[in-house]
Amino acid sequence: MDNVTTAGHAPAGAHAHGHAHAHDHEQSFVWKYVFSQDHKVIGIQYTITALLFLLFGFALMALMRWQLAYPMQPIPVIGGLLGMANAPGGIMLPEFYNQLGAMHGTIMVFLGVVPLAVGGFGNYVMPLMIGAPDMAFPKLNMASYWVYFIGGVVMLVSFFIPGGAAQSGWTSYPPLSVITATDGQTMWLIGMIFLITSSLLGSMNFIVTIIQLRTKGLHFFRLPFFVWAQFVTSFLLLLAFPPLEAAGVLQLMDKVAHTSFFLPSGLVVGNKVMAIAGGGNPLLWQHLFWFLAHPEVYVLILPAMGIVSEIIANNTRKPLWGYRVLIYAIIFLGFMSFVVWAHHMFMTGMGTTMNSFFQTTTMIISIPSVIILSALFLSLYGGSIRYNTPMLFALAFLPMFGIGGLTGLPLGLAPSDIHLHDTYYVIGHFHYVVAPGTIFALFAGIYYWFPKVTGRQMNEMLGKIHFVGSFIAINGIFFPMFIQGLHGVNRRLYDGGVQYAHAQPVLHWNMFMSMSAWTLMAFQIVFIVNFFWSIKGGKRVGPNPWNATTLEWTATTSPPLAHGNFETQPEVFRGPYEYSVPGRSTDYFPQNQRD
Amino acid sequence: MEIPYTVEVRPDTGLSNGKLGVWLFLSSEVMLFAALFSSYILLRVGSTEWPHGYEELNVPMAFFNTIVLISSSVTMVMAWASLKMNEFAKFKLYLGATIVLALVFLVVKYFEYEHHLVAGEGPSHSTFLAIYFTMTGLHGLHILGGIIVNTYLWGPGNKMWKTEPERFTNRIEIAGLYWHFVDLVWIFLFPMLYLL
Repeated sequence: MDNVTTAGHAPAGAHAHGHAHAHDHEQSFVWKYVFSQDHKVIGIQYTITALLFLLFGFALMALMRWQLAYPMQPIPVIGGLLGMANAPGGIMLPEFYNQLGAMHGTIMVFLGVVPLAVGGFGNYVMPLMIGAPDMAFPKLNMASYWVYFIGGVVMLVSFFIPGGAAQSGWTSYPPLSVITATDGQTMWLIGMIFLITSSLLGSMNFIVTIIQLRTKGLHFFRLPFFVWAQFVTSFLLLLAFPPLEAAGVLQLMDKVAHTSFFLPSGLVVGNKVMAIAGGGNPLLWQHLFWFLAHPEVYVLILPAMGIVSEIIANNTRKPLWGYRVLIYAIIFLGFMSFVVWAHHMFMTGMGTTMNSFFQTTTMIISIPSVIILSALFLSLYGGSIRYNTPMLFALAFLPMFGIGGLTGLPLGLAPSDIHLHDTYYVIGHFHYVVAPGTIFALFAGIYYWFPKVTGRQMNEMLGKIHFVGSFIAINGIFFPMFIQGLHGVNRRLYDGGVQYAHAQPVLHWNMFMSMSAWTLMAFQIVFIVNFFWSIKGGKRVGPNPWNATTLEWTATTSPPLAHGNFETQPEVFRGPYEYSVPGRSTDYFPQNQRD
Repeated sequence: MEIPYTVEVRPDTGLSNGKLGVWLFLSSEVMLFAALFSSYILLRVGSTEWPHGYEELNVPMAFFNTIVLISSSVTMVMAWASLKMNEFAKFKLYLGATIVLALVFLVVKYFEYEHHLVAGEGPSHSTFLAIYFTMTGLHGLHILGGIIVNTYLWGPGNKMWKTEPERFTNRIEIAGLYWHFVDLVWIFLFPMLYLL
C-alpha cells in the first residue's frame, strides 16, 4: 500500500490510455495499470475482463441456439472454424453442445456477472460512497483480481485440451462429471478453486472496508443502499463459497486420486462395474453444491438491487420508499438464503419432511424479495421521473425481476416442481432473474457511473436504441421458454426436443428464440460502439452530472483523485437520499453538505 | 492519504483492519472444514462398513503430533507476549520454536502417509482412507501456509519491529490467531479420524 500512497494526484480511470501527468512518474506503467493496488484501477480491470467474459459466454450461447433452431445443420460462416473434434463439417457434435452449455453457465455466473457486479462496481464505487481513501487491503485487492484472472484463463484453456471443456453442466453433478473420461472437468475444478479463492479475498476486503473505513458521520443507517447490498453480498460470498471449495476438492480427489466420495458401490458404466472402492454418495455433491449455489443466486441479484435503488432514487428525485425496511429486508434475505438450498433437490427423494421444510423456507424467502421490489415500485409514485438511459434500464429491471421471481414460486413448491423441474421453464425462470434482471441493472450501472470514471457521459441516443432493442429481443428469447417448459420440453436437449412427440406443438418457438438471441447480440454492438466512442468523444460533464446526493458524486472530481480519492476527508451529515427537500433552492441535498 | 486503522483501533468498532480481516478469514475457514466434517458424517452414516480409526491408523504417532501442535500454539502465544514485553530475542526464540514444532508435525505426518502408501493403501483404497487423506492433507497444507508466514515474520519480516513495533506486534497476533485455528482443526480431526 506504500507505493499507492506516495505517488502524485492524477485522475484515475479515464487515463487508462496513458496521458500520465508529469509528477506521476514514480510508478511505472506496469505497476500503475497492470499490478495496480488502487481500487479504481482494479475496478476497471474487473469491469473490462468481466464484460469480455459476458460477451464470450453469450457467444457460446449464440452457437447453441443455432443447433436448437436448425438441428444437425452445418453452422454457417464459422462452422468450419470450430475444429473437427467439435463440429465436423460444421455440424455440432453432442459432446461439444454439452461443453458449450456447461461453460456458458459457468462463465456467465462465475466469470461474468459476479465479477462485474461485485469486483467491478463494488470495487470502484463502494469506497467512494463511504468516503474511504481505498480498500482496507489494497494488496489483497490486487491479488483477488489476478487470482480471478488465472481462474478465467484455466477455464478458457480447457476448451483447447484434448476432449475439450467440462461437459456436465455448470452444476457438475456426479457420477456423470466424474466418469466422463476427458480432463475438462478437472480443469473446471481447478479453475473454480482459483475463483473461490479470489472471491474469498475480495469479500473479506469488502466487509473490512465497509465496517472500518466509513468516513466521519457515516453510520450504518446513512449508508447508500448499494453499499448495504455489497455488504450482505460479501457475507454470502465469504460463508457460502467454502463448502463448494470443499466439494471441489472432494471431486478433484475423485477425478485425480480415484477416490469415490461421490460414486456409489457397484456403479456400472458401459456395462462394466467400475473398479472403485465405492461407498460414496452422489447426493453429497448436490448438497454441498447448492449450499453455495443458492446463496450465489442472491450474490447475483443483491448488487443489482443496490444499483437499481441508487438510480431510481436519483431519477425520481425523491427519497427511496422505506429505506430502513429495505435494509432489514436485505439482511433477512441474506440470512434466509443459507437455508433454502435443497429446493433444488425436490426430485432426489429426500422425503416429504425435508421437502416440506425447504418448501416452507423458500416461501418465506420470497417475502423480503417482494418487500424490496414493492419498495422500489412505490419509490416511483409521485416522482418527477427523468427518463434517461440508466433509468430506463433500472425501470425495466423491476418487471423483469418480477417475472423471474414470480415464476420461481411454482418451482419452490414440491408438487408443481415435479412437473416443471428440468424443463425450459426453469431456464426461463432463472434467466429472467439474471439476464433482463441483473444484467439490465448492470447496464444501468455502467451508463450511470460512466461519467464518474471517465468524466464523460455516454451517448443518450445510442443508449436508448440499445435499451429498446435489448428489451424486446431478450423477452423474445426467454418468454417462449415458459411455454415450452409447461409443455414438458426438457432442458439440455441437444436437438431442442425434435425427437419427442410432446415437444412437437411448441418446437416452432426454437427458431423464434434463436432469432431473438442473435438480434440481442446485434444490439450489443450499439453498446460496444457507444462505450468506446464515449471514452474519447462523449459529452464532457462536471463532477456531479446527475445532481446526486451520495459522496462519490459530491465529494470528489470525475474521475476521482488517483490516490486517496478525496482532496479533503469528507464528513457526512445526513442520509443518502435527501432529494426534493422542501425549502431548499436545489432539489438535492448532498450527504456531505452541512446545511 | 494513508489507509486508516491499520495499526490503531477504530474507536466505534474497537478493531483494527487486520484483526477484523483475520476473523472473517477464519469464519470462512470454519465453513470450509465444517463442510468436510459434514461430508465425513454423511459418508460414514450412509456406509455399510466403516473401520474404526484406531484399527487402520497409528494412534500413538497422531497423539504425539497432537502434543507437538498444542505446544506450538503455546510457543506462538509466548512469541507474541515477548513482543508485548519488548523482549525481541525471546520472540525470535519462541517463534523459531513454533516453526520447528510445525516442521516436526509435518515430518511425523510424512511417515504416517508413507506407511499407508507403501502398503498400497492410498486414498482410492477405501472411502475412510480417502477422507483421511483429504482432510489431513488439507490440514497439512494449512500447516505449511502457517510455516511460510511465520518464517517470513521470523526472518525478513521482522525488520518492521524497528520501524513500526506496534504494527509488527499486531502481525504476530494475527499470525497467532491463524495458527491457533489450524491447531484447533487438528484437535477435532484427531479424535474423529483416529479414535472413533
